[in-house]
Amino acid sequence: MKENISIEVSNLSKHYGKFKAVDEITFDVKKGEIFGFLGANGAGKSTAMKMLCGLLGPTSGEGTVAGFDIYKQSEQIKKNIGYMSQKFSLYNDLTVLENMIFYGGIYGLSRKYIKEKTTTLLKELGFDDKLGTMVSSLPLGWKQKISFTLAHIHNPAIVFLDEPTGGVDPVTRRDFWEMIYKAAEGGTTVFVTTHYMDEAEYCDRISMMVDGQIHGLGSPAELKKQFESTNMDEVFIKLARPNEKV
Amino acid sequence: MRDWQTLLILIGMPVAQILLFGFAISNEIREVSISFVDQDNSRYSREIRQKIDASNYFKEGVEIYDTQEVESYFRKGEIKMAIVVPEGFAEQLVNEGNGQLQVIIDASDPNTASLLSNYIQAIVQSYLDEFNRGAKPPFFIEVRSELVYNPELKGAYLFVPGTISVIMMLISAMMTSISITREKELGTMEVLLATPMSPVQVVLAKVVPYLLLAFFNAVVVLLMGYFIFDVPVNGSVPLLLAEMLLFIVTSLALGIFISSITSSQQVALMISLMGLMLPTILLSGFIFPVENMPLPLQVISNIVPAKWFLLIIKGIMIKGQGIAFFWKETLILLGFTLFFVVLSIKKFKIRLS
Repeated sequence: MKENISIEVSNLSKHYGKFKAVDEITFDVKKGEIFGFLGANGAGKSTAMKMLCGLLGPTSGEGTVAGFDIYKQSEQIKKNIGYMSQKFSLYNDLTVLENMIFYGGIYGLSRKYIKEKTTTLLKELGFDDKLGTMVSSLPLGWKQKISFTLAHIHNPAIVFLDEPTGGVDPVTRRDFWEMIYKAAEGGTTVFVTTHYMDEAEYCDRISMMVDGQIHGLGSPAELKKQFESTNMDEVFIKLARPNEKV
Repeated sequence: MRDWQTLLILIGMPVAQILLFGFAISNEIREVSISFVDQDNSRYSREIRQKIDASNYFKEGVEIYDTQEVESYFRKGEIKMAIVVPEGFAEQLVNEGNGQLQVIIDASDPNTASLLSNYIQAIVQSYLDEFNRGAKPPFFIEVRSELVYNPELKGAYLFVPGTISVIMMLISAMMTSISITREKELGTMEVLLATPMSPVQVVLAKVVPYLLLAFFNAVVVLLMGYFIFDVPVNGSVPLLLAEMLLFIVTSLALGIFISSITSSQQVALMISLMGLMLPTILLSGFIFPVENMPLPLQVISNIVPAKWFLLIIKGIMIKGQGIAFFWKETLILLGFTLFFVVLSIKKFKIRLS
């Protein structure tokens, strides 16, 4: 593995019977990079992501995540990544801090460490007074931010975010992306799927998935140039619906 | 209309319920195994025997000559009742106009016991009516019932073991399936699986609290039964606790299986209620004796784990049996457990790969 590579995948496939959910995708992600994983609904983003997180076994192809093989070393992978799912990953009947202690505990972190770390992280968000608040009484945007904090409380090498900003207002989304930048500056690789094309612009590099295959890969500027588009929306439409005139 | 699962449940539920209630709730007995202990061997005793055999309610099981042996056959579950015609019965009947029959009944199921007693009384009475045919003064036969295990025919002997099994099913199977599917619905399950915890650890962590809870509840019911309703534990207490633990594990395995075939809490709840609770209450022999059900229901009752557990727990508590009497039932429960665990793992693997 090259020193600065965080995720490396070649010809990775996942078949369900005859249906190729993920069809021979090849890409790599550098350390500390924010990698956007784009595609229409059902293009295979979540499936690909689950394979990288060790939640799904691939049908064929190769891949390493944080230097570990996705076939044989899924346990080590799980120790070195954080994962935030589309749905809520917080327990509504626990307080913010209890959620942190619960998940942190799974990674073997001490209670004291979790408490300190959570307090600093939430202080940055201006949220440290809500440690003892029940998650159920928090607004959606805050739940999302806390989910993200939770996903990297154990300082993982990579965080996987599966559509983290679905249903969130634009202001909160901006806040959220600031958190992502901060994490990336700290050396964490961020792997994020999204539907929002403006968010795609925030990424260092993006890949565009269509029907299980990667049809475009590069920085937002490169992609716009390649597909002769002025913005990412156009790029997306040209890729996902090649026969339509924009 | 495309939600066929809900539709099926809505349409199927009333049909299943009416059939279950209609057939399972019967206060009739049929072909109950009995023994006829004829110590008198007279014309009258043989006539009574014929009369009893001619009814469809009873069939004769083992031959017994000594009334001392009766209880051991009760314990083995081979017969439910023994009719004893004591020596000198005919003589007394003819000379004094007053004969005495003794009926020994396995009263571990009080409902059946009182039914059996009534049926025998009625048969003897009808024999006597023919026998008398206008004789004055009329002859008289007294039927003395001796109720073994539960002489006062207390309902508690029935509902304490029954409640224990229902509670264990309820907490273990239903709560497990609901709590696991809830995590699936919330999405927390996915996140948990993305952590270094293995799926087995996740499932165990979900299941252990319910195991403790179910066990605790079962012990509370047991103690309440003992102190408030005087339901004894005639057999070995450690054995009883071990069997209870086994049944809890069986129920948990069922719960895990249910949660592996569905991902919504609602469906899990429906399956638990329809597929587990109803059969546990109706088909296990908790309220209605399995022997009195029509054959199809008896066959179905074999796949209700609670049926086997009830045999075991009643055996230990009321009949004071040891493991020798129900190692088969225990093995069946073990088999159920293994079956559901393997099935769940398979289901789980299919989903992962």
